[in-house]
Amino acid sequence: MPGAAAATDAVQAAAPNARGLRADALRERMALLGLSAPAFLLVFIAMVAPMIWLFGLSFLADNGSFSLEHYRRLIAQPSYGRIFLTTFNVSLLTTAICIALGYPLAYVLSQLPQRVANLCLIAVLLPFWTSLLVRTYAWLALLQRKGLINNWGIELGLWDEPLALVHNLTGTLIGMVHIMLPFLVLPVLGAMRAIDRDYLKAAANLGAGPVRAFWQIFFPLSMPGLLAGALIVFILCLGFYVTPAVLGGGKVIMVSNQIANDIELFFNWGAASALGVVLLVLTSLFLFIASRFMRFEAMMGGAHSK
Amino acid sequence: MKWLSAPASETQVTHGGRLWLYVLAALVMVFLVVPTVIVVPMSFSASQYLEFPPREWSLRWYHNYFNSASWMQATATSFKAAFLTMLVATPLGTLAAYGLFTSRFRAMRLVSMVLITPIIVPVVLIAIAVFYVYVKLGLVNSLTGIVLAHSMLAIPLVMMVVTSALKSYDMNQEMVARSLGASRARAFAVITLPQIRFAVITGALLSFLTSFDEVIMALFVSGGANSTLTRNMFNALRDQIDPTIAAISTIMVLVTSILLALAQVFGRRK
Repeated sequence: MPGAAAATDAVQAAAPNARGLRADALRERMALLGLSAPAFLLVFIAMVAPMIWLFGLSFLADNGSFSLEHYRRLIAQPSYGRIFLTTFNVSLLTTAICIALGYPLAYVLSQLPQRVANLCLIAVLLPFWTSLLVRTYAWLALLQRKGLINNWGIELGLWDEPLALVHNLTGTLIGMVHIMLPFLVLPVLGAMRAIDRDYLKAAANLGAGPVRAFWQIFFPLSMPGLLAGALIVFILCLGFYVTPAVLGGGKVIMVSNQIANDIELFFNWGAASALGVVLLVLTSLFLFIASRFMRFEAMMGGAHSK
Repeated sequence: MKWLSAPASETQVTHGGRLWLYVLAALVMVFLVVPTVIVVPMSFSASQYLEFPPREWSLRWYHNYFNSASWMQATATSFKAAFLTMLVATPLGTLAAYGLFTSRFRAMRLVSMVLITPIIVPVVLIAIAVFYVYVKLGLVNSLTGIVLAHSMLAIPLVMMVVTSALKSYDMNQEMVARSLGASRARAFAVITLPQIRFAVITGALLSFLTSFDEVIMALFVSGGANSTLTRNMFNALRDQIDPTIAAISTIMVLVTSILLALAQVFGRRK
């Protein structure tokens, strides 16, 4: 602000004790910064320090000396490669399904009258408000062998044998898509609402059919929202634990599940921490890419519940 | 049906021509709503087996729940942990948001980055790191341990809500109070706090819910006499489908809805 700078100059010229005033201001700002100290300390003690400790562990051999053996094992053992492959596969599939289901939904919502759209938004937000475990339980009840969907399907004669809908990849994907869909719909809807409808009128006026107008005009304009949403979904998927553990029935092992298994079953801190470091690096990498497209704070919102 | 042939958007596509789009959108919305909607009637079923809609109604799963010492203990732990988390995270988060917002240091972005990391880092990682340290400190399976860990997850949320309220608040009002002789703390308490109180209350409810719903941290850090409800539910889900969980789920949906309704009421009044 040039006005403020000019005012400061004027003050400085008029008051010889400007230096003292500035020192006072600095002291006050320091004191204000100090207000964040308790929160900072708590997060530091309860998270940052343990994480640093954990990362240190990943570089220690069993005898306590520095070594890269845990990382070497990550590369050497094909089972770890498979786990990373599964993680990427599941995350990519979830993202793709979320786009396929979420984009059309956002498109319809963006064209509905505001009041109706807000009512429909409740449906989108409802999963946000329902505890993760409640939803997981509901999916188990719906999808298992003697679950509701199989009962209905057989009663209606749609299929004869119970379908294997849960305790496998299908169940995991259904659960994860359900959790991640709102994270895709909301940014896409935001981007779509910002699109000036006159562009579409112009396109139609110039002879473009509905399909062409959509793909040449509307879709590219909604791209930023779609990209942002898809990246958030993908990043959050990388760290999933509960859904693959329960709905995957031990058959879908993602990185988080392996980390937990290494600790709970094998007490193998070295392997778990090395996996953790790799997962964190990957997550940060994608997050960095995402931050090129969008504001940092806008990416969060409810991200903790997975 | 005149509506079907009416133009639906700027591009002359008719409603009839994109009926499939409406059907798809409706199905996706059903998909989103079904799990939440289905547990409530299921919890009142009389049958051991899953039925929807239930053929007979009963409260036996609620009886089961309320007469089970271990579920009751877990529920008590969850409420205690959530309440204490709220008491810790709300003031700390509010203070931090205020301090960072008003100090206007360039380093502030770095500090807020650190404070926001608990949201980004996969929770499993934080959980095992915290577990590792808690083992050394003897905090595993203690209420203190859960509250500390949950507060760390909740503080960033409180900060985000309060910071966004501060952004739309005119800080000059506080300056006026101070030029009239109020101390900074008094100016904050008398002038600023009342005006951002809805954000603070929303933050408090959010931190309560964060703790109440949290699973992964609870799996590692809680246990024994201090198992949380979510930990017990997770383990029960892995074993077999006990309709008691439908009853607990319904109660959790109820608790969440009440809190969110409160948050809405307080949040909207701005």
